[in-house]
Amino acid sequence: MTDSTIAAPAKRRGVPMWAQIIIWVVLLGLLAMVAVALRRTQQGTVQPGDKIPDFAMPLFTGYGMNGGQQVKLSDLRGKVVIVNFWASWCKPCEQEAADLRTAWDSYKDTGKVVFVGVDYVDTEPEARAYLEKFGIQYSNGPDLGTKVSQLFRIKGVPETYFIDQQGVLRRVQVGPFTSVDDIKAVIDPMLR
Amino acid sequence: MTRSRFLLVVLGLSALMALCLPAQRAFAQKPTPSDDEVNRIAHQLYCPVCENTPLDVCPTEACRQWRDLIRQQLSQGWTEDQIKQYFADQYGARVLAEPPRTGMNWLVYILPPLVIVAGAFLLLRAMHNWTKPAAQSPAPGQEEPSDEYVARLEEELKKRS
Repeated sequence: MTDSTIAAPAKRRGVPMWAQIIIWVVLLGLLAMVAVALRRTQQGTVQPGDKIPDFAMPLFTGYGMNGGQQVKLSDLRGKVVIVNFWASWCKPCEQEAADLRTAWDSYKDTGKVVFVGVDYVDTEPEARAYLEKFGIQYSNGPDLGTKVSQLFRIKGVPETYFIDQQGVLRRVQVGPFTSVDDIKAVIDPMLR
Repeated sequence: MTRSRFLLVVLGLSALMALCLPAQRAFAQKPTPSDDEVNRIAHQLYCPVCENTPLDVCPTEACRQWRDLIRQQLSQGWTEDQIKQYFADQYGARVLAEPPRTGMNWLVYILPPLVIVAGAFLLLRAMHNWTKPAAQSPAPGQEEPSDEYVARLEEELKKRS
């Protein structure tokens, strides 16, 4: 009989295994990065009950604390700390500025309460003009690199965070306060 | 003395007096940066508050203040890199239109061209595979037998013909 004349089927050349592995590893790595970023953006602001990580922040000249030009949260243990995020371009911030100043005036001599203003993405001349306009004298400083606002995961300004003597967040105020009494209503129970 | 001569003398004395006055130093005026110069830098920055809005086209009051800040810094002799670094230090690297080439940011520059090159390689490889079988297919009238029986039958027929 004759030899088989059937031609052997041509070898199918696909993507080499090593290339497939690399492609899948890169794809999975990218997906992981996207997942982490999405999870971070969908996280809300820090919630009551959360312990606030320590942070340090520079202060405007003339708005220092205890003679220093920097404030560190861990140095304020044992006191109620009110962290207020604001900006000179923020109109709603102006609604509560005078009330915050008044509240500070009523607590500053107790030594048990500290107000810290965090100026969010602002320019220093406008920030100073804002502080002078409302007669605010408690410690204020710029949020350089938006590090502090990212720590609190704020969604906008104004936002106010009330931290107790152990460094635990007790209350979040999103938007401006409407009166001094509202501010005191949050602080007074924390002092008991 | 005629009138014309008198006038000439007065003019001459006036000119002499003007020459004798001490020369005042002329100060070059500091050039105010133009809008184009400011926007050229603002275009490389993003509004720290409004998402995805370049600073040169952002209409808010805050953005106007930041553009004024750029103008002030330019008039003080700051370079473009110094201004951009200032904004990055103040508001975070996210305000830069071009991410700094540090840390994980390198992926932004490396991955897209890598993906394009890899995709082109795979496409060329696939196209090569598509065309190869067609070049190897037998000429009409000389179809390869579909099974062994047919191949043997054709071989026998060829012998007898």
